[in-house]
Amino acid sequence: MDAHSHAAHDPHHHHDEAHEHHELGFFRKYVFSTDHKVIGLQYLVSGLIFLFLGFCLMMLMRWQLAYPGTSVPVIGKILQNVLGPGALTNDGAGHPGLMTPEFYNSLGAMHGTIMIFLGIVPVAFAAFGNFVVPLQIGAPDMTFPKVNMASYQAFFVGGVIMLVSFFVPGGAAKGGWTSYTPLADIADQGPTYHVIFNGQTLWLIGFIFLITSSLLGAVNFIATIIQLRAKGMTWMRLPFFVWAQFVTAFLLLLAFPPLESAIVMQLMDRVAGTSFFLPSGLVVNGAQVSISGGGSPLLWQHLFWFLGHPEVYVLILPGMGIVAEIIANNTRKPLWGYKSLVLAALVLGFLSFIVWAHHMWLTGMGTVVSAFFQTTTMIISIPSVIILSAFFISLWGGSIRFTVPMLFATAFLPMFGIGGLTGIPLAFNSADLYLHDTYYVIAHFHYIVAPGTIFAVFAGVYYWYPKATGRKMSDFWGKVHFWPSLICMNAIFLPMFLQGMLGMHRRWYDGGQGWTLATEKVWGLSGFHWNTPISIAAWVMGLAQIPFIINFFWSIRHGEKVDDNPWEATTLEWTAPSPPPHGNFTTPPVAYRGPYEYSLPGRAKDYTMQTEPVQPDERKMPEPTMSLSH
Amino acid sequence: MNNPPTTEPVEHETEHYAHDVSKHVRGYLMVGGTLLFFTALTVFLSYVNFGSQKANVAVAMVVATFKAGLVAYIFMHLSAEKKLIYRILIFTAIFVFGLFWLTYLAWYDPVVH
Amino acid sequence: MEIPYTVTARPDTGLWNAKVGIWLFLASEVMLFGGLFSAYIFLRLDAQPGFWPHGLLNVPVGTMNTAILIASSVTVVLAWAALKMRQYAKYKFYMALTILCGVIFLFVKLYFEWPQKFDHFGAYIKPSALEKYEPYLGNKHLLSEGLPPRVEITGHLHNHEALHDPKIKEYEVGLDPIYTDPTNKEMDRPHFLYVGPTEKLAKIDKADVERATMFVPSHSAFFATYFTITGLHGLHVLGGVIVFVYMFLFGGIIYRQNPEHLANRVEVAGLFWHFVDLVWIFVFPLFYLL
Repeated sequence: MDAHSHAAHDPHHHHDEAHEHHELGFFRKYVFSTDHKVIGLQYLVSGLIFLFLGFCLMMLMRWQLAYPGTSVPVIGKILQNVLGPGALTNDGAGHPGLMTPEFYNSLGAMHGTIMIFLGIVPVAFAAFGNFVVPLQIGAPDMTFPKVNMASYQAFFVGGVIMLVSFFVPGGAAKGGWTSYTPLADIADQGPTYHVIFNGQTLWLIGFIFLITSSLLGAVNFIATIIQLRAKGMTWMRLPFFVWAQFVTAFLLLLAFPPLESAIVMQLMDRVAGTSFFLPSGLVVNGAQVSISGGGSPLLWQHLFWFLGHPEVYVLILPGMGIVAEIIANNTRKPLWGYKSLVLAALVLGFLSFIVWAHHMWLTGMGTVVSAFFQTTTMIISIPSVIILSAFFISLWGGSIRFTVPMLFATAFLPMFGIGGLTGIPLAFNSADLYLHDTYYVIAHFHYIVAPGTIFAVFAGVYYWYPKATGRKMSDFWGKVHFWPSLICMNAIFLPMFLQGMLGMHRRWYDGGQGWTLATEKVWGLSGFHWNTPISIAAWVMGLAQIPFIINFFWSIRHGEKVDDNPWEATTLEWTAPSPPPHGNFTTPPVAYRGPYEYSLPGRAKDYTMQTEPVQPDERKMPEPTMSLSH
Repeated sequence: MNNPPTTEPVEHETEHYAHDVSKHVRGYLMVGGTLLFFTALTVFLSYVNFGSQKANVAVAMVVATFKAGLVAYIFMHLSAEKKLIYRILIFTAIFVFGLFWLTYLAWYDPVVH
Repeated sequence: MEIPYTVTARPDTGLWNAKVGIWLFLASEVMLFGGLFSAYIFLRLDAQPGFWPHGLLNVPVGTMNTAILIASSVTVVLAWAALKMRQYAKYKFYMALTILCGVIFLFVKLYFEWPQKFDHFGAYIKPSALEKYEPYLGNKHLLSEGLPPRVEITGHLHNHEALHDPKIKEYEVGLDPIYTDPTNKEMDRPHFLYVGPTEKLAKIDKADVERATMFVPSHSAFFATYFTITGLHGLHVLGGVIVFVYMFLFGGIIYRQNPEHLANRVEVAGLFWHFVDLVWIFVFPLFYLL
C-alpha cells in the first residue's frame, strides 16, 4: 500500500473541506488564529525580526569597541535625534553620534535579552515546535489551541514592552541581561525617571509576559506530545526533534517560575520599596540608602541562574533536534544511537537543574557547595558529548547530500563542538576565577548559540520552508548566505577567546588594563587591535544575512514549486500537503515504523515513510525499545 | 509492545467512576473535618516549646505536610491518579527540594565564615 | 476538526487532555511558590537576631481564614462530585458556597488584615540607643533566657505627622502590650488572641531611631515577604474565584451539551483551587505561627 493514498491531499476533497467550514476572515485566519501552523509562523517571523534587531544592537556596540570614543557614522546622528543626548551626544569635534556609556550598557543588556528571549526561544522552540511537532506526531493541532494563541499574544505584548523601553526617559535596561542586584534594584530611579516607565521596570514587566508565554507554550507542548500521538506513534518511534522539544518544554515549565518569583520581588524592591535584594547598610553614591535592608543580592543570583542554566539547554536542544532530522535525511541512513540520544537528552534535562551555581563561582561559596556544583557540571558534559558524537557518527558511511539545510547542519557540529569544549575550563571554579566575566565566556556561549543554534535555525528554515509554502528557497542564494556567515562567525568569535585569556573584561564600554592588553601588540603585530577585525566581520555578517531575508520573502511567491516531500524524508509531516490544511490530516495517520528508515535493504526507494505498513516479508529494521514505550 | 495501541476513547470508564463518587462524598467531608482539626492542632502546638526554634519549625512543617498530603491525596484524587501524573510531580518535587536545599547549602557554606 | 481526548481519556495514559494540562501547570506553580519560599528561607536565615519578628500577625483571623479556605476545598470537590452524579442543582449550591468562601477570604485579607497592618507602626532602635529604651525592650531578661533581643518598638502612632515633618523630633507611640511588661515571661511567646496597642504612651526620639515606618512591605524583610507571598496567593485566589463565577453562571450551557465535559472542567478548576489551599497550608504556619 502506497503511503500517499492515505495522505489527505486529494484536491477535490480539499475544496469540500473548505466549503464545509465557513471561511474565516483575515483577522481570525492570520492574526487571531488558533491553528498551530499559523501560530508557528507568527513566532517565526516575529522571532527572526527580533533576532535581526538584536543583531543590529550588537553591530552598534561593535563600533564603539572598534573605534572607541568616535561617533557612529550616519546612524549615530539619527539615533541621537530619536533617543536624545542621554544615549548619544556630540563628540569633542561637535559631530553627533557618540555613544554614552549608559547607552552602550543598554545595548549590551538588550542585545542579550532580545536574542535569547525574543529571538532564539520563540524561533527554535515556539516557532519550529508549533509548526512541526503536531505534524510529526500525527496530530490535528495542539491540545489547547486557544491557550496556544494566548501564548503568542503574551509573547507579543512582552516584546512590545521591551521595545518601548528604549524610548522612555533614561533608555532601556542597562544592568546586563542578568539584572544583578543591588545595581538593578536601584538603577533607573531618581528625579529624571518615571516610577513605572523606566528601562529596568519595563524590562521586568515585559519579562513577566514572556515567561507567561513560555509557560503556556510548555504546557501545550508536553500535553500534546503525551496525548495526541497518532496510532502507532510510540515514544521510541518519535523523531528526535520531538524528544528535544519535549525535554525543552519541561525545562521551561519548571525552571522559569523561580525567576518569575524573583522578578516579582525585584519589582517589589523597585516599586514598593522592599529590600528583598538590598543588604543592610547599602551605600549608593556616597549616601546610605533609606531601606529596611536585610535582603540578599545573592538570592537574586540563585533564583536567576536556577532558570539561567536550564535556559541554555532550552537554547540548544531544539537546535540539536533540527540538526538530527536534517542529518538523517541527508545521509540517507538512520541516525546512529537513537536510544542514546533520547537517554542523553533526558539526563541532560534532569542534570541541568542542579548545576546552576557554576555561574556564581565568584560569589564566595565554600568548598562543599562548590564541589557539588563542579561535579554535577562535569557530569553534564557527558550527555552533550554523547549527542554530538552520535551526530558525527551518523555521518559515517552516509550518502551525504550537501543541500543547503545540510550545509548548516554539518557546520553546526564542529561549531557546537568548539562551544561545548571551551565551556569545560569554565566548569572548574579555579579556572573560572580568572576567566569569569571576560570575553572568553562571551566567545564560549556565542559559539554555541550563534554558529550553533542559529545555524540550526537557518537549517530548519531552509528544510521546512517547502512544507509551509509548497516552494523551495533558492539553493544558490542559500549557499551565498551560508559561506560568508560561517567564515564571519569564526572571525568574530575565535579571537574573543584570545581577548578573554588576555583578561579583557566583558560589558565594559572602555578602559581598564584588560582593554589595554587587548589592544596591545599580539603575536608580534604591533598596534594590532583585535576589536577592529572582529567588528568588521560582524558588519560583513550583517550584510551576509541580506540574501537570506530576500530569499525568504521572494521564494514565497517565486520559489521553485515542489511536491509534498521534496527532501524524500520519512517523518509524518512529509505525508501532509504543503502547506497542510487546518486539521493537518483528513484521516488520522498511522505509524508503522521508526522515524529514520532510510536505505532499507531490498527496497527500490532509499527512504520508507513512517506511515508505510510493514510487509510480511520485509527485513525488519531493529527497533529501539525502552521500558517507557507503550 | 510494538503493536500500535488502540486510541479509541474508553466510554464506560466514566460511568464506572460516577458510581464510586457517591461513596467518596462522605470521605471528603471526613477529610475536611480532619483538616480543620489539624489546623487547630498546629495553632495549639505553636505555643508549645519543643526545645529549639528548629524543632518548633520542624513540628509545624510536619503537620503542614500531613495536611497538604491529605489535600493532594484525597481532594486532588492523587490516590487514584495515573502514573504519568506521579512522574511529573516526582520530578517537580526533586527540583523544588533541590532549589531549597542547594540555596540553603550555598548560604550555609561560605568561603569565609 | 476535533481535538481527541478533550473529554474522554486516552487509553494508554488514562487521562484526558485538560487533566494533563492542569497538573503540568500546577507543577510550574509549585516552582513559582517554591521560589518565594526559598526567598523566605534565605532571608529568614540571614536575618540578624531580633530582625525577624514574631507575633505581629493576627493569629485568630489567620486561623479563621485557613478554615474558610479548607471549607471551600471541601465544597468545590462536593460540587464536582454532584456533577459526576448528574445533580446539577447541588453542583450550583456547592459552587456558590465555594465562591462565597473565596470572597470572604479575600475580603478578610483586603479589608481587615492588611489595613490593620498598614495602621500599625514600628520603629527600629539604633544599636547605640538600645540601652536607653531597655524599660520597653527588656533585653536583659531575653538575654538571660537565651532568646533573641528586641530591637523594635511597635504600636499605634499617635502623631502621624511625625513621619513626614522633620520639625517633629519624636514619635508618640501607644505601645503594644509586649513593651508595657517586657520582663514578664508570659510575654516571651506571642499570645493567641490578638491584643491591640495599649493606651500606655511612649515617646521615642527620632535621633534614636534607625528606621521607622508603618507595617508596609518596605518596613522589613519579614513584611516584604509576607505581603508579597500573601499578595501573590491572593491573586491566585481571585483568579480561582473568577473562574468559578464563570462556571457557576455559564456552566449550564456546557452541562446541557455534555455534562461530563463540565464535570471535567470543574475538576480542573478544583485542582487549581486545592493547590491554592495547599500553598496557604504552608504560608499560615510559616508566617503566623513561627
